Amino acid sequence: MDLIDTPQTGENSPEYTVAELSGAIKRVMEGEFSHVRLRAEVGRVSRPGSGHLYLDLKDDRAVISGVIWKGVAARLTTRPEEGMEVVATGRITTFPGQSKYQIVIEDIKPAGVGALMALLEKRKAMLAAEGLFDPGRKRPLPFLPEVIGVVTSPSGAVIRDILHRLRDRCPRKVLIWPVVVQGDKCAAQVAAAIEGFNRLTPGGALPRPDVLIVARGGGSVEDLWGFNEEIVARAAAASDIPLISAVGHETDTTLIDFVSDKRAPTPTAAAELAVPVRHELLAQLDSYESRLSHALSQGLARKDQRLRDMGRALPRAESLLDLPRQRLDFAASRLGPALIKSVQARRVRLANVSGSLRPATLRRHIDDSKRQLGQSAQRLGPALLRAVAQKRGALDLRAAALRPQNMLRDVADKSGRLDVVVDRLRQIARHQLETRRSRLEAIDRLRETLGYKATLRRGYAVVRGDGAVITGVAGACAAKTLEVEFADGRVQVGTPLPGAPGTEPGEKPQPTAAKKPRRAPPGQGSLF
Amino acid sequence: MDEIAVEEMSFEQAMAELERVLGLLERGDAPLEDSIGLYERGAALKKRCETKLREAEEKVAAITLDGAGAPAGTTAVDGL
Repeated sequence: MDLIDTPQTGENSPEYTVAELSGAIKRVMEGEFSHVRLRAEVGRVSRPGSGHLYLDLKDDRAVISGVIWKGVAARLTTRPEEGMEVVATGRITTFPGQSKYQIVIEDIKPAGVGALMALLEKRKAMLAAEGLFDPGRKRPLPFLPEVIGVVTSPSGAVIRDILHRLRDRCPRKVLIWPVVVQGDKCAAQVAAAIEGFNRLTPGGALPRPDVLIVARGGGSVEDLWGFNEEIVARAAAASDIPLISAVGHETDTTLIDFVSDKRAPTPTAAAELAVPVRHELLAQLDSYESRLSHALSQGLARKDQRLRDMGRALPRAESLLDLPRQRLDFAASRLGPALIKSVQARRVRLANVSGSLRPATLRRHIDDSKRQLGQSAQRLGPALLRAVAQKRGALDLRAAALRPQNMLRDVADKSGRLDVVVDRLRQIARHQLETRRSRLEAIDRLRETLGYKATLRRGYAVVRGDGAVITGVAGACAAKTLEVEFADGRVQVGTPLPGAPGTEPGEKPQPTAAKKPRRAPPGQGSLF
Repeated sequence: MDEIAVEEMSFEQAMAELERVLGLLERGDAPLEDSIGLYERGAALKKRCETKLREAEEKVAAITLDGAGAPAGTTAVDGL
């Protein structure tokens, strides 16, 4: 140790205790860095239950620990999150117990436009995930609001533009809720105004607006930033009164635009969205009125016309029958085909039934009958034989009683009796013959005595002319020849004379006349 | 719609009802008695709408706030 115990320059400088040095350092650092603005990226963030907030602030080469005390943390408009580019304002303090130093942050803000936009995107994503941008949440704006609430700065171009446009279109009651439209207080005041308007009661001393306009003129992203704050967006989303947002110029989009019921590109446009044009409505009303009158008179005219038309179109009673008549015709025309169809249907049924009438069935019947016949035929032979035998027995019985001697005796008896009868028959015949002959002879004699020939013998004659008996002079004159019959024969008397009947003096007219009733035809003689 | 008296209707309600009545009447199938009733109702609705439009007058007021940020009253706003 001696070797190196060489006195060195400054060896005589006073010695610090650790505490002394630590205190000295603390004084220097806290004096020197009592107010710093530190631009950094937020590293690890921890939020213990104490409410204090611990975070690392870093860049690519160094890290400084930071702390935000509970009271400050509650006031912050920006929640530091890991990866966020921030500008932190605060002071450096040391922590002698661990040889550490840290920055106690009084305020922390996003650094630069890029960081702001990144933050905005993050918020948008969060609120969208909650469904606050849902189109289904958007309410329709009232057509003609009675009272319009405007949340904006009470001075400046914005409120003037809105009032001008409202005046042009349709004057309304307007309630202005004055707020600051940029800076730290902006967000809180705008949110409070929206909530305040919603708390008003309809028809109260302060009438509750029917529609809200949240408006601000154009500006930088930082200027408009208040309308990107979460509390403003949440207040707008929670508003029961339909809300029109009109923040910045048309190209500026702030968070409230996503949750509002209607986004207007400019304050003037917001006024146009809020109210209709009065004179247009009045004109529309007038046109409605004339349409009402027109429709009424048209309707009356139409009904009148219809009444007339229907009166004309009332059908004649006769025509009422046309349709039934037609139905009858139609039905009648179907009657014939229906009959045919019915017959066909039955024919089909017959065919079906006859189909089952097969030769096999018939043959079976025949076979049955044949079998019965065969059985009967078998019984026929013996039965016949039996009958024949019976009859033969009877025949034999009779034949046994039949003797030739009996027959011969019978024949002899009968031929004897026949001879007797024949003899008697002969005698009767002979007797009768003789009787009849004698009677005939007697009758013939009588005839002879009664006939004209006997008369002739007494001197009478029969005159015939041309073969026929003539009974008068006229007949005798007419005849060509005359024949006179006498008892012993006939004689021709000359040729007829053309003279009078007196030229025949030989004639004896009297006997002729006398014989007249005894006239007999020549044929009569042939009987004998 | 029918339960609200015409005199109590908002402009929008009266306008919508007027359009409905007009549609019914113009369709022309309403019975005669109804047609006349519809016409009268339409006329009343038109009057209501007109009144609502004509009574509108501009009245602008700014809310004054108390120390706690709650509305305390209004002040007239002129010259804007």
